[in-house]
Amino acid sequence: MIRLEKRPMPSRTLPMITPVIAVIITMIAGGALFAVLGKDPIEAIRTIFWDPVFGEFAFYYRPQLLVKAAPLILIAIGLSLGFRAGIWNIGAEGQYIMGAITGAAVGLAFYPTESIFIFPLMVVAAAIGGWAWGMIPAFLKVRFGTNEILVSLMLVYVAQNLLSSMALGLLKNPEGMGFPGSRNIATNASTSSWINEAAGLHWGIVFAFIAVIFAYILLYRHILGFNIQLSGEAPRAARFAGVNPTRLILFCLGVSGALAGMAGLFEVAGPAGQIKIGFNVGYGFTAIIVAFLGRLHPVGIVLAAMLMALTYIGGELAQGTLGLPSAAIQVFQGMLLFFLLALDLLTNYRIAILPRRAF
Amino acid sequence: MKLTKILTGATLALGLATTAMAQDKTKVGFVYVGPVGDGGWTYEHNKGRLAVEEAFGDKVETTFVENVPEGADAERVITQMALQGADLIFTTSFGYMDPTINVAAKFPDVKFEHATGYKQADNVSIYSARFYEGRAVQGHIAGQMTKTNTIGYIASFPIPEVIRGINSAYIHAKEVNPDVEFKIIWAYTWFDPAKEADAATALIEQGADVILQHTDSTAPQAAAQTAGNVVTFGQASDMSEYAPFPRVSSIIDDWAPYYIARTQAVMDGTWESVSTWDGIGAGMVGIGEFSDAIPADVAASAMALKESLADGSYHAFTGPLNKQDGSAWLAEGETAADYGDGGLAGMNFYLEGIEGSIPQ
Amino acid sequence: MDLSAINPVLLIASLMVAATPLLLAGIGELVVEKSGVLNLGVEGMMIVGAICGFAISVESGSPFVGLIAAMVGGAVLSLLFAFLTQYALANQVASGLALTLFGLGLSALMGQSYVGIKPPAMAKLDIPVLSDIPVLGPILFSHDPVLYVGIAIVAATWAFLKFSRAGLILRAVGESHDAAHALGYNVILVRCLAIMFGGACAGLGGAYISLIRVPQWTEGMTAGIGWIALALVVFASWKPWRVLLGAYLFGGISVLQLNLQAAGVAIPVEYLAMSPYLITILVLVIMSADKSSAPASLGRSFHASQ
Repeated sequence: MIRLEKRPMPSRTLPMITPVIAVIITMIAGGALFAVLGKDPIEAIRTIFWDPVFGEFAFYYRPQLLVKAAPLILIAIGLSLGFRAGIWNIGAEGQYIMGAITGAAVGLAFYPTESIFIFPLMVVAAAIGGWAWGMIPAFLKVRFGTNEILVSLMLVYVAQNLLSSMALGLLKNPEGMGFPGSRNIATNASTSSWINEAAGLHWGIVFAFIAVIFAYILLYRHILGFNIQLSGEAPRAARFAGVNPTRLILFCLGVSGALAGMAGLFEVAGPAGQIKIGFNVGYGFTAIIVAFLGRLHPVGIVLAAMLMALTYIGGELAQGTLGLPSAAIQVFQGMLLFFLLALDLLTNYRIAILPRRAF
Repeated sequence: MKLTKILTGATLALGLATTAMAQDKTKVGFVYVGPVGDGGWTYEHNKGRLAVEEAFGDKVETTFVENVPEGADAERVITQMALQGADLIFTTSFGYMDPTINVAAKFPDVKFEHATGYKQADNVSIYSARFYEGRAVQGHIAGQMTKTNTIGYIASFPIPEVIRGINSAYIHAKEVNPDVEFKIIWAYTWFDPAKEADAATALIEQGADVILQHTDSTAPQAAAQTAGNVVTFGQASDMSEYAPFPRVSSIIDDWAPYYIARTQAVMDGTWESVSTWDGIGAGMVGIGEFSDAIPADVAASAMALKESLADGSYHAFTGPLNKQDGSAWLAEGETAADYGDGGLAGMNFYLEGIEGSIPQ
Repeated sequence: MDLSAINPVLLIASLMVAATPLLLAGIGELVVEKSGVLNLGVEGMMIVGAICGFAISVESGSPFVGLIAAMVGGAVLSLLFAFLTQYALANQVASGLALTLFGLGLSALMGQSYVGIKPPAMAKLDIPVLSDIPVLGPILFSHDPVLYVGIAIVAATWAFLKFSRAGLILRAVGESHDAAHALGYNVILVRCLAIMFGGACAGLGGAYISLIRVPQWTEGMTAGIGWIALALVVFASWKPWRVLLGAYLFGGISVLQLNLQAAGVAIPVEYLAMSPYLITILVLVIMSADKSSAPASLGRSFHASQ
């Protein structure tokens, strides 16, 4: 009979191999789906995975992959700290929105002043906005023991409604002919997060990689990282070791909130340009998936975010050039996630084929 | 030094990419905000795209990307279309305005057409429809068909286009029925069937027996049908599956003539940046067939109103008209200007007689 | 402003309709969470149920067959989640989110040829004499059958959890899977059944929207109701009757909001729209004194060898 056995030690090689296997299986299953829809499967798969990176216009798509991946990396890095410690912030989408609102509000308040100090101020404001939104579930958990998964999720909807309210009211562009949405802050050099727009480089990408390096050092070279790991794997042992759970909760939710808030600002001040209804397109939720696909490891997160970005950009390309419906792309992404998640199993467990025995 | 070189190289490459493309077929791209199966706004734009394919056959190749969010992703999708060699790109939602302008600056040889916006450029035309002309016809019919003198209006977002529609419907209903009253619900969505159904039900329960909608789903039609004696009008598409009753007529977005004309212009090399704001006359706003549920005399006068709007002998906003606060807006015989102070493009006030306030 | 235009009887009757999809999805998720599993894929299961129910009732001409199909569709989709989380031991939060993404795409693909079609209508259950009673008639006796089914499921769930042996096992699994396993119960099987029940209820809730409340099919038509259902379960502190109460409250706020607007009351729509979530957070805080309500094993994976 076939059964699962827990490995004495999680496999070290499999985490590297399983994602590759998952991608290959997805290509086969996805190819079958595209064939059913009457498209050439080989061409579809090539368009999604190959063309953005090595195709004719790769010079444009390669930096765009980073633009798309940067907010995912920034948010997922923050989330991974908490997830390792067993602190589940799933409201990053709300923190992302709040950071975008507070950061953009600072930028808009200075309009039309020009100064190199405005943008750093906006980044700080965004980090505070995201941090504050993340501190609500943290504080409630510490003070009342409420479940942070649920509180942070509820706060996403509150933030979304605040966003609509801002786009229609307080932050509405006075010269916008009555349409909802703020002024475009990306076109003004002192409030823009673009470093070089044509090359697709903005501060969010820079910060994402700084965050990766810091997270790596924190997790593997610092006592705090050790405490985080310990709390997640053995909460009781952590308490005996003198880890203060309250401080850990405040730290993890605060950091992930601040990073998500900053991601929101870099997006609104760059690629998106304005505060408007529906500005958030789900980065906060996708980042949760990215954090897990990346095995909560800083480098893994970068790779997972790039893979997600690739399916988004390649998916749009396949829509435009092959006429695949966007729904097919969504299903394809869903399949990829399922296979990645399912194959995760092999990291911690192995399939043992045992001789049949009578019990 | 090296970095700047690479960056400049990328910028140049963007601009040059399209000029190298071979020109056999005219390539036309469409960017949609919703799915083509939304049965409303995007559905009608896609019908326009199919009409272009039908009109030009082999000489044209169309592509589209649906469900494109109105933010960062829009700019990438538009760029992608330009890179793939599109000659003409229609961006069919207001939120694509800044992305369209940005991409257009990088691709001076590609022609862009942005729907419902207000920013024009040398290679960016803007186009929109005078839906308020259709609203005038609706108001005219609605005012005479209501027995409770209460007309329900499901509005989407407080933007000039929606406010123009409410004002236009109101003054033309008032003209034929001085006792008419409007109940307005702001749904804060273009498309949410469940919410639209609830909104229609709420209006009906409060005595409305005519429902006008500026949201795109057929849910209000179904709610009216359930209620039994409530009149509705199709929005964006004909919604003829609810004819002859409750749906007695409709406003149809008909983009096909415009899309065909603009594609033709690109083929002929006569394309120029224009600002188009067409109504019933040019066929951009279609009035769905009047059903038999409309009394013959009402149908006849509504048809006459439609004709006078079409040939330009009558403007839907003709003075004397006052704003809600009683201050004068248009003098006797004066017609509303499109732009400028108090112009239609930026309309942000109710007209006299409408109750309530526009949410801010 | 004319508040007298609002008829409270009709308001209650229509809020019951507005609340039913939420109620169905919420009671299903309650059972799932009671077994210790957090399935964030409710929205995905609802929308798949909505299209399955719609397509099958159009093809078969019978709304009842469609509703059954919706339940099957939701349950089958939930099996994917069950496999991932129970057998492959994948993270529940990530799997649930992936399920929603997948369900939204799948439903849109399945529904491509069903746009703009009217489904066969479902008759209201106008009980002849009772529905004519003033006030009570329209509120209690003049709805579609599914609305009553929803209330019946709440009652059945309550009785099941409180009185039946199976319900006791379910709760034991949710409180401590290790203890339940030690007692010889099949934790995985119990959880899979709970997940499927949740999927079926969500599917039925979705089909209620596409077949009865709206009725039509369009992509993404559940518009976030599945997410509100997650809030609802917490708001109800995992108690079935409170799910009913909460659904009517959440549904009531949205219907009341529209009614107030129609009556000419200027209300800040966004702030009213966020109120259910703020109230839910408040309830969580108040409830925190009562540690017994949230299933202790919520969201944790189980493997027998641990």
